Amino acid sequence: MLKIWSMKKEQQKAENAEGAAGGKKKKVTAAQLRVQKDLSELSLGTTMKTEFPDPDNILSFILHIEPDEGMYRGGKFSFTFNITPSFPHEPPKVQCREKIYHPNIDLEGKVCLNILREDWKPVLNLNAVIVGLQFLFLEPNASDPLNKEAAEDLRTNREGFKRNVRAAMAGGSVKGVIFDRVQK
Amino acid sequence: MASAEAYPGSEPARWKYLDQIRTRAGPFTDPDTFYGSKVASEMDRMNVLVIGAGGLGCEILKNLALSGFKNIHVIDMDTIDISNLNRQFLFRQADVGKYKAEVAAAFVMRRVKGVHITAHNKMIQDFDEDFYMKFQLVVCGLDSIEARRWINATLVNMVDEDIEDSVKPLIDGGTEGFKGQARVIIPTITSCIECQLDMHAPRAAVPLCTLASIPRQPEHCIEWAHVIAWDEEKPFPKLDKDDPEHITWLYQKALLRAREFNIPGVTYSLTQGVVKNIIPAIAATNSVIAAACCNEALKISSSCAPALGYPADNYMMYSGNDSVYTYTFRHEKKDDCPVCGNLARDLVVDPSGTLRDLVDSLAVRPEAQLKKPSLRAQNKTLYMQSPASLEEQTRPNLDRTLVELGLGDGDEVAVTDPAFATVSFKFRLVFRKAAS
Repeated sequence: MLKIWSMKKEQQKAENAEGAAGGKKKKVTAAQLRVQKDLSELSLGTTMKTEFPDPDNILSFILHIEPDEGMYRGGKFSFTFNITPSFPHEPPKVQCREKIYHPNIDLEGKVCLNILREDWKPVLNLNAVIVGLQFLFLEPNASDPLNKEAAEDLRTNREGFKRNVRAAMAGGSVKGVIFDRVQK
Repeated sequence: MASAEAYPGSEPARWKYLDQIRTRAGPFTDPDTFYGSKVASEMDRMNVLVIGAGGLGCEILKNLALSGFKNIHVIDMDTIDISNLNRQFLFRQADVGKYKAEVAAAFVMRRVKGVHITAHNKMIQDFDEDFYMKFQLVVCGLDSIEARRWINATLVNMVDEDIEDSVKPLIDGGTEGFKGQARVIIPTITSCIECQLDMHAPRAAVPLCTLASIPRQPEHCIEWAHVIAWDEEKPFPKLDKDDPEHITWLYQKALLRAREFNIPGVTYSLTQGVVKNIIPAIAATNSVIAAACCNEALKISSSCAPALGYPADNYMMYSGNDSVYTYTFRHEKKDDCPVCGNLARDLVVDPSGTLRDLVDSLAVRPEAQLKKPSLRAQNKTLYMQSPASLEEQTRPNLDRTLVELGLGDGDEVAVTDPAFATVSFKFRLVFRKAAS
């Protein structure tokens, strides 16, 4: 057998770790620890707030965004965050809770943000995700549409798109679809 | 005829070459750790744990048995499916529906005399540290990252300086199509699975907008049916990927969409493959990787040749995509690894003290010196300095005692502090009443 024990002793000379208590004790999982770290580094500014339905479960929470500039100014939007035990290997699952008129968010609340799918990497953190979401409200992107009508609208008639956004945010209908009222 | 003769196919013939390898020193054998004459009896006594009895597991069990290991345990919660039979060669058609671990163990014991394999038809999470402590070596043939992370964290946490036998080398094999890897982890000494998490490429995802607007491949149409059409129409309350009716619904939706965009190639089996995220398993890749893993097991156990792990290379990657390519390297241990970078340190606390006492003490204790700590236990958020809403929700906890908060002696508490952006700390509570 490989002399693992002597290797361990060798390595320990420089260290001062203590012995284990043993038994079946409650241990913090790697995903939880990483989320805890990410949360304590979150910079929410004045436009965002978190809400934890169960503070003991930090893997599931709601993010509120109230953009203070851009076309969606004056609206309040919320996203559910669900983080699996595979985090950060897998990205958090993020969904918009309101039905809104946005080229990159569909009527079911699905969000087209590259770092939530194809460009996710374990080195990214929750802050990167919330910054990405905030950016979607400042700069809706017509070239990667999830709501094709909205994207077409933004591309061909920016002023008309702005009007439609206002109408949708007020709870009105755009092209026959009724949207949720999301004004402050 | 003398029965001791090693005629072809006899028992002595079966072990002849193995014994030559494990009992004779070779040019690379380390004389300090090699005891040729004792190797066989030492290996006879060793307990080896195999996790997974699927594609890799079948190969691993067979290889270990033929490498001279006598006591093997195998854990697998799965039952045999008809689609396993093309590569999981320990199973026959009559075994479909039975437990993989049980059938594999029985098969290998029937074919290799003298080996004893204990089957556990369970999940790895069903066992505790006392169970894992019985083994000298753990070999994994898993298909899930979650299970790997679990066993890795368990083995790292089990390392106890006072127990000589508590460091269990973990040999991990993995395959995906024509690619695979074999690696050796010596818990707390070498880079662990959590350190190497970025080596697993997250499965390739297609941008949601591509699915929604410009599908180019049959897979895009199927993914569209799966993630967009299903949610819009909700034909059944919950998607069951094993229900043929549900798959048929997705298949038909995908087919319509494929016609609309003139994309050929959507089939029922492709639909099943995409939805269940099946990467074709290649029997040859499994056997290459399993062989590499078991080779390491033999070398670690016998010291007959230098093994992967320590002090040099610990990771072998294999690619059979274009001819055959392997590359072996050393993956460094990460100082900020959440599993092995910061082993839980003991923290003596008074269970009747308040959380505020503990938080305040962390600032002055020499082993911590954390000015703005946020604390969590496994299922309990104790106190978070931020974000604001969580701080507000957890503030009342500060005036409660540790016992009131449900903490127990030996529980782990994770501490993060913005002053140490990349590091987090784990403490193991040791209850001790304050001297009155």
